Amino acid sequence: MSLLFKGRSHGAETVRVGGLQRIFMFFTDHLRQAVNSLGELWRAPFASLMTIGVLGFSITLPSTLYVIVKNTEQISEQWQQASEISLFLEQGVSEADAQQLLKRLRLWPEIAEVAYISADDSLKEFKLLSGFGDALNYLPSNPLPAVVLVVPTSKHASPRAAQILLDKLRKQREVDVGKLDIEWLEKLYALIGVAKDLVTLLAVLLFFAVVLIIGNTIRLNILNKKDEIVVMKLVGATDSFIQRPFLYTGFWYGLLGGLMAWVTVLFVLLWVDFSMDAFMAEYQVSFNLTSMDMSTLFFMLLVSIGLGLAGSLLSVQRHVKDIEPR
Amino acid sequence: MIKFEQVSKTYPGGQQALRKVDFHVEQGEMAFLTGHSGAGKSTLLKLISIMERPTVGRVMINGHDLSAITRKQIAYIRRDIGMIFQSHQLLMDKSVYDNVSLPLVIEGHTRKNISRRVDAALEMVGLRDKARSLPITLSGGEQQRVGIARAVVNRPPLLLADEPTGNLDPKLSMEIIRLFEDFNQAGVSVFIATHDLGLIARMKYRTLTLKNGQMITDGLDDAQDQGLFR
Ligand SMILES: Nc1ncnc2c1ncn2[C@@H]1O[C@H](COP(=O)(O)OP(=O)(O)O)[C@@H](O)[C@H]1O
Ligand SMILES: [Mg+2]
Repeated sequence: MSLLFKGRSHGAETVRVGGLQRIFMFFTDHLRQAVNSLGELWRAPFASLMTIGVLGFSITLPSTLYVIVKNTEQISEQWQQASEISLFLEQGVSEADAQQLLKRLRLWPEIAEVAYISADDSLKEFKLLSGFGDALNYLPSNPLPAVVLVVPTSKHASPRAAQILLDKLRKQREVDVGKLDIEWLEKLYALIGVAKDLVTLLAVLLFFAVVLIIGNTIRLNILNKKDEIVVMKLVGATDSFIQRPFLYTGFWYGLLGGLMAWVTVLFVLLWVDFSMDAFMAEYQVSFNLTSMDMSTLFFMLLVSIGLGLAGSLLSVQRHVKDIEPR
Repeated sequence: MIKFEQVSKTYPGGQQALRKVDFHVEQGEMAFLTGHSGAGKSTLLKLISIMERPTVGRVMINGHDLSAITRKQIAYIRRDIGMIFQSHQLLMDKSVYDNVSLPLVIEGHTRKNISRRVDAALEMVGLRDKARSLPITLSGGEQQRVGIARAVVNRPPLLLADEPTGNLDPKLSMEIIRLFEDFNQAGVSVFIATHDLGLIARMKYRTLTLKNGQMITDGLDDAQDQGLFR
């Protein structure tokens, strides 16, 4: 409705369009503007590609690091599952006492598996592996203790829980020494934690940069269309009407940048996977980079579009308002 | 329709463009605003389309005080005012059709409606066959008529023109003025600023004259004679 002239109506009100048709018009209008904005990008392919590239690479870096960190975490979980506690029994513990201990331990809910290596077995194995062979026969008695290997359940396999379990095991009468080699695991965990923080920090900084770069690109677009914007304002265009195509441009930058990031992340991961395989083969650990799952890919795209929109919104709100017909 | 009450405008630089201007253009009237270059004609029109705000005084359209109009509402005010400029203000990389349809697209009309109204507007200014042309390929007079078609396409109750015949020869100028007369006949209020005194002299319309920002004649005496002709 007109503000100045009673009964004079503007636009869609004049023709009686039904609710459904109006909704349809709304969507076709937006679709047309979105396609127009895409067309504008297409008409300046070099400039568009540069902006899309900035966005794509900026998302590639944290995404790749994120995947690597996530995978490292998974591997360390593999190792952790395998972590066992070795209990060296007192010298005087008899075979029967040891079997008693095993029976008791099997009932513990924290423990998944126990295995017993008698002192004699330990010695045999040692002879085989060490190569001292018969020399050991000259010892007056077997110096090696019997060993009980304890594998905690996965729930009690984290460094902290395993440590508690170890303390409990040490208190058993038959146990002389208990060992859990988790120090390196804790260090790895700490390292992964730091890596995660760094990736987050990097991502935040890069995202800020992207928003500013897109904002600046859109600002230049707006200034390039200054004359057109003036004309549109003269014939009654609202700020939000003028802003819309620029917001769509930001949206397209985001979407295309995100798609580009998919491709580059894929390539980087393939490459990392390839070079990691050779390295990991030595350690007999499978390092299959679980490349990105659907939800992660979708999230990446969402972030990318969000950044594109944020950049253009920032720019559009400042600069479209400033252009006034004089 | 347009009412000024004790309106003064001082630009930020200190230049006083209008001093205590008082006048009233009636609904359905066609009037000219004249005066030397720098007299304040453009400034006066800009106060009506809210491209500038008065320093002192009240500007009213159809009884509504424009000082009550917020920044966000200005766009809607301009949809009620068809504006025509000496410099045409056309989009040079868009076709004549796209230029003329712009106000309707902004208002969100259906495509069918837009096409119908643009055709009618181009028909009125005699440019039906140029719809697909780019404005650069047209002559000055034709470009001005595209501007006029755009100004009237959404049928505003008020037309403002700032030097619409500025670059045109007398014959073309007269054609443009005839166009305005047609719209006026259809009930639109028309207010034209021009320093082309020869053009005004050939017609019997009310003429308001500015000199150094002051309104020296309101043309009301002429307007009474004019009443006999109508
Ligand atoms: N934006 C502006 N800033 C400062 N002074 C201006 C501005 N626009 C116009 N003026 C001054 O105001 C006076 C009236 O100008 P204008 O309204 O354009 O006159 P006209 O259209 O009658 O030639 C002139 O002295 C001009 O220099
Ligand atoms: Mg002027």
